[in-house]
Amino acid sequence: MSLRDIAFEHQLARRHLKGRIFQVLAFAAICVGLVMLALLFFDVLRDGLGRLSWQFLTSFPSRRPERAGILSPLVGSVLMVTLMGVFAFPVGVGAAIYLEEYAPKNWLTDLIQINVANLAGVPSIIYGLLGLEIFARWLANYTGGRSLLTGSLTMALLILPIVIVSAREAIRAVPNDIRLAALALGATKWQMVRSHVLPYAMPGILTGMILAVSRAIGETAPLITIGALTYVAFLPDSLKSQFTVLPIQIFNWVSRPQAGFHVNAAAGIIVLLAILLSLNALAIYLRHRFEQRLKR
Amino acid sequence: MTVHLMTTTAPTNVTDLENVAVLKAQNVNVYYGTKQALRDVWLYVPEHKITALIGPSGCGKSTLLRCFNRMNDLIPNARVEGEITYRGQNLYDPDIDPVEVRRRIGMVFQKPNPFPKSIYENVAWGARINGYRGDMDELVERALRRAALWDEVKDRLHDNALALSGGQQQRLCIARAIAVEPEVILMDEPASALDPIATLKIEDLMRELKERYTILIVTHNMQQAARVSDYTAMMMLTEDGRAGTVVEFGETEQVFTRPRDPRTEDYITGRFG
Ligand SMILES: Nc1ncnc2c1ncn2[C@@H]1O[C@H](COP(=O)(O)OP(=O)(O)OP(=O)(O)O)[C@@H](O)[C@H]1O
Ligand SMILES: [Mg+2]
Repeated sequence: MSLRDIAFEHQLARRHLKGRIFQVLAFAAICVGLVMLALLFFDVLRDGLGRLSWQFLTSFPSRRPERAGILSPLVGSVLMVTLMGVFAFPVGVGAAIYLEEYAPKNWLTDLIQINVANLAGVPSIIYGLLGLEIFARWLANYTGGRSLLTGSLTMALLILPIVIVSAREAIRAVPNDIRLAALALGATKWQMVRSHVLPYAMPGILTGMILAVSRAIGETAPLITIGALTYVAFLPDSLKSQFTVLPIQIFNWVSRPQAGFHVNAAAGIIVLLAILLSLNALAIYLRHRFEQRLKR
Repeated sequence: MTVHLMTTTAPTNVTDLENVAVLKAQNVNVYYGTKQALRDVWLYVPEHKITALIGPSGCGKSTLLRCFNRMNDLIPNARVEGEITYRGQNLYDPDIDPVEVRRRIGMVFQKPNPFPKSIYENVAWGARINGYRGDMDELVERALRRAALWDEVKDRLHDNALALSGGQQQRLCIARAIAVEPEVILMDEPASALDPIATLKIEDLMRELKERYTILIVTHNMQQAARVSDYTAMMMLTEDGRAGTVVEFGETEQVFTRPRDPRTEDYITGRFG
């Protein structure tokens, strides 16, 4: 064996060692994450699980912790998120289609793309201030001021960048072959987008959408800014009605002195987590179903 | 009849084809940005015949093919100059809609690219979006029969097209192109991704199709060009090596046995390069 070979052997051992060290570090990193999450989860479950009941889910807030419930924030969250989706989905997907399929490829489009991505990183309270000014004040006649409508429009603005970016990714992943095949048959651009690009991109678009919804459902700051209430003993009866959402209610309970409210907060967190997990499960299910449909 | 084409005016003996040619490219130059890809190209494509485009890689065969159904329009900063006519109509006139051009002049791509949908839907979609009002089942069956695929897929029309083999997928793409009743079919190396048996099937199919359609096919395979085509156009890079052009065009037999241009002979006998 020549010297040269020995030199190679030596390096190989070192490379393996480096690889193994990195593997251990990566494993430690995921352990830290998982253990913290598990602790948090366990803590919340221990505090709140006993409080979860039909009564808790169907009662309005009250001054006495054992009679209080989360009906109004639960309904408020669901309505707010649904409306937000109704606003953000068509606008976001439309913008993504425009940017990917129609916009000329030039510096202006690139600039828009970069800025849309940047908007996804703007602190949510800024969106709250924007919503307060535009929807709650300027357009108060149409939105009813600090209303459910204002809340969902503000949140729609907040998630719009995420929806656009993820929809663009999904649309960009559609093989160009398919576009050419459609156009070569004498399809117009819209026929091509409608029948092939959108269905193909839909799993990705929906996944991005649902992740955006999951983010929005836990948001508090922008809604506090636009003036969502903390004590609501009624259900919204119109778009202009006032409302509250789960995280605000939870925050409110946590900041009370009585221990009973802290238990309520823990139970509220469990409900919020359950909604989040089901939304994520729904995202996975939808993705799977659309993919199956393409394969079948 | 073999024609030497390096001129900027119509070569005299090409005019023999004047009356039978449906597609004509006259003095065509194509640029990608500032780079010229085709220079002074003349090509007459006779009706109900198979015309093969051969030549080394990068000489602009695909570019020329895409001129005929305006697919070059889809490439940002591609520019087509010169006259390209279909039955006397300039395809690049401002009042010509490329969407309509593409229905009449269909295309089959190098890599089979069926839609990720059912076999039936692959064939039916083009007809539907073009406003076909007749019996769709019948149309699908007819197109699949003409593409010699019907017997293999008739029991699973609603299965996903991606489950077909490569050769079947390519015949499906041909059926899909036929279903919108084009008059010309452009094929860009339609068999290059297929094994020899699937390739022979496609070639048999082309011979049948030429009864109804005019076919222009790009191929890298000399034997294939010799086997299936009636006319052959030989493309090469110009002397300075910067753009492609048609150096020889004529009946296939003559191009292969008595080429006029020495470069054609070199290429055909494998001495090229
Ligand atoms: N979209 C494009 N943008 C810029 N240049 C291009 C584009 N398509 C082709 N070209 C250039 O034009 C020239 C001709 O390309 P073309 O694809 O027509 O050649 P070809 O004869 O079909 O080659 P092959 O046999 O390898 O398919 C090449 O130099 C290529 O680099
Ligand atoms: Mg090519």
